[in-house]
Amino acid sequence: MSNLLGLEVKKIVETTPEEVERVKEWINSEEYKEKNFARQALVINPVHACQPLGAQLAAHGFEGTLPFVHGSQGCASYYRSTLNRHFREPAPAVSDSMTEDGAVFGGQNNLHEGLENANAIYKPKMIAVFTSCMPEVIGDDLTAFIKNAKQKSCVPKDMPVPFANTPSFNGTHIHGYDSMLVSILQTLTEGKQIEGRCTGKLNLIPGCDFNTGDYREYKRILKEFGIPYTMLADISDTFDSPCDGSYHIYAGGTKLEDAADSINGKATIAIGPYATPKTFGWVKDNYSGKHVSMPMPMGIAKTDDFIMKVAELFGKEVPASLKNERGRAVDAVTDSHQYMHGKKFAVYGDPDYLMGYVSFLLEMGARPHHILCSRGSKKVEKELQALLDGSMYGQGCKIYMNKDLWHLRSLLMTDPVDAVIGDSHGKFATRDAKIPLFRFGFPVFDRVNKHRYPLIGYQGVVNMVTEICNKFIDIKDETCEDRDFELMR
Amino acid sequence: MSDKIRKIEGITKESTQAMIDEALSVYPEKARKKRAPHLAPNDAASGCASVKSNKKTVPGVMSARGCAYAGAKGVVWGPIRDMVHVSHGPVGCGWYSWGTRRNMMSGITGVTNFAMQFTSDFQEKDIVYGGDKKLKTLLEEAHELFPLAKGISVLSECPVGLIGDDINSVAKTSAKDLDIPIIPCNCEGFRGVSQSLGHHISNDTIRDYIIGTREFAEPESPYDIALIGEYNIGGDAWSTKPLLEECGLNVKSVWTGDGELEKIAATHKVKLNVIHCYRSMNYMCKVMEEKFGIPWIELNFFGPTKIRQSLRALAELFDDNIKQKVEAVIAKYDPIMQAVIEEYKPRLDGKKVMLLVGGLRPRHTIGAYEDLGMDCVGSGYEFAHTDDYDRTAPEMPDATVVYDDPSEYEFEKFADALKPDLVGSGIKEKYVFQKMGIPFRQMHSWDYSGPYHGYKGFEVFARDVDMAINSPTWNLVKAPY
Repeated sequence: MSNLLGLEVKKIVETTPEEVERVKEWINSEEYKEKNFARQALVINPVHACQPLGAQLAAHGFEGTLPFVHGSQGCASYYRSTLNRHFREPAPAVSDSMTEDGAVFGGQNNLHEGLENANAIYKPKMIAVFTSCMPEVIGDDLTAFIKNAKQKSCVPKDMPVPFANTPSFNGTHIHGYDSMLVSILQTLTEGKQIEGRCTGKLNLIPGCDFNTGDYREYKRILKEFGIPYTMLADISDTFDSPCDGSYHIYAGGTKLEDAADSINGKATIAIGPYATPKTFGWVKDNYSGKHVSMPMPMGIAKTDDFIMKVAELFGKEVPASLKNERGRAVDAVTDSHQYMHGKKFAVYGDPDYLMGYVSFLLEMGARPHHILCSRGSKKVEKELQALLDGSMYGQGCKIYMNKDLWHLRSLLMTDPVDAVIGDSHGKFATRDAKIPLFRFGFPVFDRVNKHRYPLIGYQGVVNMVTEICNKFIDIKDETCEDRDFELMR
Repeated sequence: MSDKIRKIEGITKESTQAMIDEALSVYPEKARKKRAPHLAPNDAASGCASVKSNKKTVPGVMSARGCAYAGAKGVVWGPIRDMVHVSHGPVGCGWYSWGTRRNMMSGITGVTNFAMQFTSDFQEKDIVYGGDKKLKTLLEEAHELFPLAKGISVLSECPVGLIGDDINSVAKTSAKDLDIPIIPCNCEGFRGVSQSLGHHISNDTIRDYIIGTREFAEPESPYDIALIGEYNIGGDAWSTKPLLEECGLNVKSVWTGDGELEKIAATHKVKLNVIHCYRSMNYMCKVMEEKFGIPWIELNFFGPTKIRQSLRALAELFDDNIKQKVEAVIAKYDPIMQAVIEEYKPRLDGKKVMLLVGGLRPRHTIGAYEDLGMDCVGSGYEFAHTDDYDRTAPEMPDATVVYDDPSEYEFEKFADALKPDLVGSGIKEKYVFQKMGIPFRQMHSWDYSGPYHGYKGFEVFARDVDMAINSPTWNLVKAPY
């Protein structure tokens, strides 16, 4: 016996090529799919990340704000590197590096020391604290800890230090986004409501959206309308900052005074009902003016809804420029409908993105054949079903709730589609299925500049249609027989 | 390994210390006191560490460090290709570390390799009632869906240790029921001060559960070796393994890049362990030395100078047959490497590089830069120990700055002062420096390139360093108006 367990020492056995071949075929089979879908405990290739990632995104959306992870330091490194890889931008955030002794004594000392150091070194205007697993499991009391930190002058008394409980064992990154955002707004607007004051502005909450192009597109649309706005949690400059020879740790974000005054807004639109329910609920109860929660404006119809809602809230006509823009987008889709009509897609992602993909595909006469949601409620399923029921192209399409990308692989192998819409993680399944993956979601680690191209609005429609149709045409050009290869497509 | 003490013009111990003091001047008193011993000018003559290391990170300073789980999943266990690696706990840790280290694998994904993300995706109820039952079920499911997987590792995330789950007992029972090795690894992220403890814990689990449980089918030979601490980043092992084979050696197993569980388990039968990343795998080399009498040698496969020295040191441990083959290999590659140097050196001569990486690269790559005519003006590690800094001192020019677990602020300040032509570090640092207009290469992942190890790797390395530093895009950073 040469091992500690006293096990019998065996000779190395190589798996035979026949056996490898058998299993390779088997994992593509209907029988395998059934076993795969019978899984109760094991999750393989999930689409969702954990709450604190979304919390960090929201924090980056405010001027001078340092995201602060209360918990183990590895967590912060993971969130940061994920954002770095997707945006190809810095994502400065600190952690208070809790270790074993935190489990015994709680994390207050780490939090206080961390706040003091972060404030001295990085000179933020606001520190947004959110939690990873450890303090959530041991039950740290953030309310008390932060109150004590101010009393001890770890940070100036007047510095906003919003905080959110963002346990990773509950919900996904979209829920962390919501919790952090509502906490930031609550903190900044405290005592700022002024009877009779109206900023005359629209507050726009873009939702847990990782596409900086979308943020810029919302702003451009509002400019076309001539409507003053405050975009809340505006990451567009944070994660799309100029390369000019200098590094600015806080490259963008909503001005804190604008965020504070947003409580006196004329109207507030929260985009993404599934990523902003808490925030919207609180805004509705506390903000002046009108409040609307809307889906992401993806596709012509959902963009129309958004445009009309903005016009209605501000009593304005839709400007001619936007009408023309709509016309050009419709021109683009009618010109290219033939390349997408009847094509079958599998789509996966966060609920708000999914609503957008499905709505857009149905509009194009394409079929969202497999719709897979990694984490979502009955309500999500019902809303998706209603979209499918509203179109003849939705007939026969199926929704898979709380399933992962290994389930998706079985679907692609047993009931094939023409293409998939999702994030970079789908590339393994689409390679096996030999079909294209359109990377419209988050994260995109393997293509450049995707986050700069909006998916929302009329421009988003043009971007999506262009990418999808040209890919299908490329495939035809690359795979057709010589005699079928021709100039025009 | 270096012959003489080198100096960099304009850098003295005093200038370096002044730069350090300046960087720390904004820190609160307590943090400054904690950080000061981790930053120092190199004392090349002493050949000893000039900084303190392997201590708790100072809260709130923005460290680049990861955690024990990252060391276990990302470094030691994750690269073993024919096992299912379960990230046990909430969904995030496994998701963030999925495919982001670039430890390449051969085989068919889902059939013979498992470069996927397996997790128990803990929910609130698992925290309240414990996850042991779920673990038992998921091990059965993994075994059923992936019948060719040679084993399963269970890598604990923070909550598992905090709620008092007993993964060791579940693993023991399931291993028996399923008749495959199931390795519980208590690598919760809050343990220790960095990735480093995760490496150690993982080495210990290899010792406890794996080593000595298999034997190679082929007869033994005096040239049987194992390549340890080679993770096949960007295909590194596909450069180093053939190189060692060209030298006449039988590389029986690689730990753990493109690794195979059973070959790792039979490594106690080799005659020599060749270690590249000392930090993450020295533990098992020492175990194999003590328990099985297997000697080990630490080598460096970056750049022709170090490769040459390494191969000759290796040959010394073998007979004339190997010595001749090694000389033939060196003679074959020397002119090819010389051509690479002649192509790139004129464009890189005298350029300055700063490094901040992980296990071995802050010292091992210095020679490769020097082969290209470059100077290292600062180097440091995220999670090194004193023995790493001892090994670093003679590699770095005298008086250059050594930084242990630097904060982003410190790193930025040093770069401000030293004005390097290239920074080699990680993804979290990359865009900070690129915004500043400083060329950058990710030196953990080879920046989506590679391999960088071996002769084959040096060609790629030289091309990439030249591309980074001399890209015309840097000339566009400043607007003409």
